[in-house]
Amino acid sequence: MLDLTWLLIAVPLASAAFLLLAGRRADAWGHWVGVAASGTAFLVGLGALIQMLGEDAHHREHAVHLFSWIPGGALDLDAGLLVDPLSMTFVMLVTFVGTLIHVYSVAYMEHDPDRRRFFAYLNLFVAAMLLLVLADSYLLLFVGWEGVGLASYLLIGFWNHKPEYATAANKAFIVNRVGDMGLIIAMGLMFTYFGALDFEGVFAAADGASTAQLTAIGLMLLVAACGKSAQFPLQSWLGDAMAGPTPVSALIHAATMVTAGVYLIVRSAPIYAGAPAAQTTVAAIGAFTLILGAVIGMAKDDIKKALAASTMSQIGYMMLAAGLGPVGYAFAIFHLVTHGFFKAGMFLGAGSVMHGMNDQVDMRRFGALRTAMVTTWVTFGLGWLAILGVPPFSGFWSKDKIIEAAFVGEGAQPWILGGAALIGAGLTAFYMSRLFFMTFHGKARWTDDQHPHESPALMTVPMIILAVGSAFLGLFLALGDRFATWLEPVTGHAEHHEPVLPIPVIMIATLLLVALGVWVAWRKYGAADVPETAPAASLATIAARNDMFQDSVNRGVFERPGTHLTRTLVYADAALVDGAVDKTAGGWARTGESVRKTQNGQVRSYALTMLVGLVIVILVVVQGGL
Amino acid sequence: MDPINFVILASILFAIGAAAVLLRRNAIIAFMGVELMLNAANLALVAFSRMHGEIDGQIMAFFVLVVAAAEVVVGLAIIIAVFRARQTISLDEPAELKG
Repeated sequence: MLDLTWLLIAVPLASAAFLLLAGRRADAWGHWVGVAASGTAFLVGLGALIQMLGEDAHHREHAVHLFSWIPGGALDLDAGLLVDPLSMTFVMLVTFVGTLIHVYSVAYMEHDPDRRRFFAYLNLFVAAMLLLVLADSYLLLFVGWEGVGLASYLLIGFWNHKPEYATAANKAFIVNRVGDMGLIIAMGLMFTYFGALDFEGVFAAADGASTAQLTAIGLMLLVAACGKSAQFPLQSWLGDAMAGPTPVSALIHAATMVTAGVYLIVRSAPIYAGAPAAQTTVAAIGAFTLILGAVIGMAKDDIKKALAASTMSQIGYMMLAAGLGPVGYAFAIFHLVTHGFFKAGMFLGAGSVMHGMNDQVDMRRFGALRTAMVTTWVTFGLGWLAILGVPPFSGFWSKDKIIEAAFVGEGAQPWILGGAALIGAGLTAFYMSRLFFMTFHGKARWTDDQHPHESPALMTVPMIILAVGSAFLGLFLALGDRFATWLEPVTGHAEHHEPVLPIPVIMIATLLLVALGVWVAWRKYGAADVPETAPAASLATIAARNDMFQDSVNRGVFERPGTHLTRTLVYADAALVDGAVDKTAGGWARTGESVRKTQNGQVRSYALTMLVGLVIVILVVVQGGL
Repeated sequence: MDPINFVILASILFAIGAAAVLLRRNAIIAFMGVELMLNAANLALVAFSRMHGEIDGQIMAFFVLVVAAAEVVVGLAIIIAVFRARQTISLDEPAELKG
């Protein structure tokens, strides 16, 4: 089965090509081709997983050679797949959650005339994402990396007849380009320093490389990860990316693509092992973004944007864990998996709410939906408990571990990182409870034309499956450290370190903060009436509603100076470069003008010129030279 | 008589011819100036031949005579053609060929 892993990428890719080429005549059944392609990928992945589980833990790394890709001179690169526990984890997450979301989309996109195209893009995304996680070299990973970026762009702008949606797609694409530059530069550095781009070659060479080299590569990889994973300072695109259809937000902008940055960091563990400064930067970025996302999430009234801010914050947790080194790698991936389940489930729940509420996204117009949409309420509720980190739901097992790991270390670092993670847990509890209570509890604040109803089974069944995952997957994987043991061949064995605070203290503090967050949210948004329009608020709230003015900052710091710089350069080009050329040409033209005047057509003046010339020649001859 | 006097005379004739070419508008007069310059050159050549006791200068003078005859034929034909086209033989009138 492992030899067939190339099918994981080939089948969805072929299906995407087929759906795009088949045209309108496949409109009636094309979406089922998409579901089948994703399902096939899942079955192939499952087969590979079962085979891998039957193997000895130390022989679970398989290299699948595909073809010789770039056989040239200094760079001799083969295209191949690296099938190991880490990539296998992603394969299962992407194909399983992906297939569920495919099924969900069949119903969600039912009335969209371009449903077939939508499934083509979804399949394209699955293929690219699997290529990203299965690639055995940075360059092949980059192909998948760009592929998911393309699919993300196409799907955010799926309803591009609305100009602001098209703008959102462009924004995501352009911000991601900034991150991609980081990856390209990182690859350039690897090629310069190590002469290799495949994981094996780079990691082998990383052992003997200097700290400065590894730090440079590590920071560039971090830039790439920040772009793809919407981490500070490249986070601005994720909120607007919610312009895409909700299943896209669930699959790409919550469960899988945005976690590619975490994958990149964890995969590059040998590089970060030799670059402590870069590693600390990863953790700091993660800690900062988790607070930033949480603060933004607290003020958003748009249910999807609140969830997007939450995604940003949760990925911040993963980055924080990934920045802790081998202690945190397994927890980062663990949280990534559980988050993939509960956040995808909640996004699908949000989609179900929107489906029943005429595509309303303003939570101030929701309320009391628990009676109208029981399945959605229960499944969303399980996701809510999971993200809160309430035991024994999934999030507790992964997030609590990250908070504990963040408290490991010496000096001020554990207090800062751990404190951020701890406060983040409280903030998470507040904004997720706010979202949950505003949507499902309190009084109904629906507009008159809204008649909420439960979604069809094609939508609720995937939600139920994801909710079950949100509830029990964490427990299942955490029992006996199953998940950490499973990843150990890739992330390396981590020595157990004692946090600066005793573990029970951290756990109780976390739970207390979570309870406090829920209580405050209940008092404000569950028990009390919620105004239908956003009330006037303090400066801090306004800032959070406006994403901490991230767009204004970007505009002021990058766009305006950039525009001025280009204008200056254009002016300099016109004035200096073009000016020099034009002036030189003009000078010669004027010289020609004046010389031309001597050709006056007067025979006698020509004769005079000849005579003068003759006299000069004679004088020269007589004088014997000038 | 000192042959150098012939050379001086040739110079004076050449100068008169050149002045005629440069100063007169009438094409016929200018043409005569050209002839005068050619003959001044002939005189100088003959004088040099005498001074050096060699025959080369005289041979050259005959060449000049032949060339001058041909030049007269072509030159007068041009003057007549210009006159027919413009009813004038002024040298300043036909000045179209200018930059």
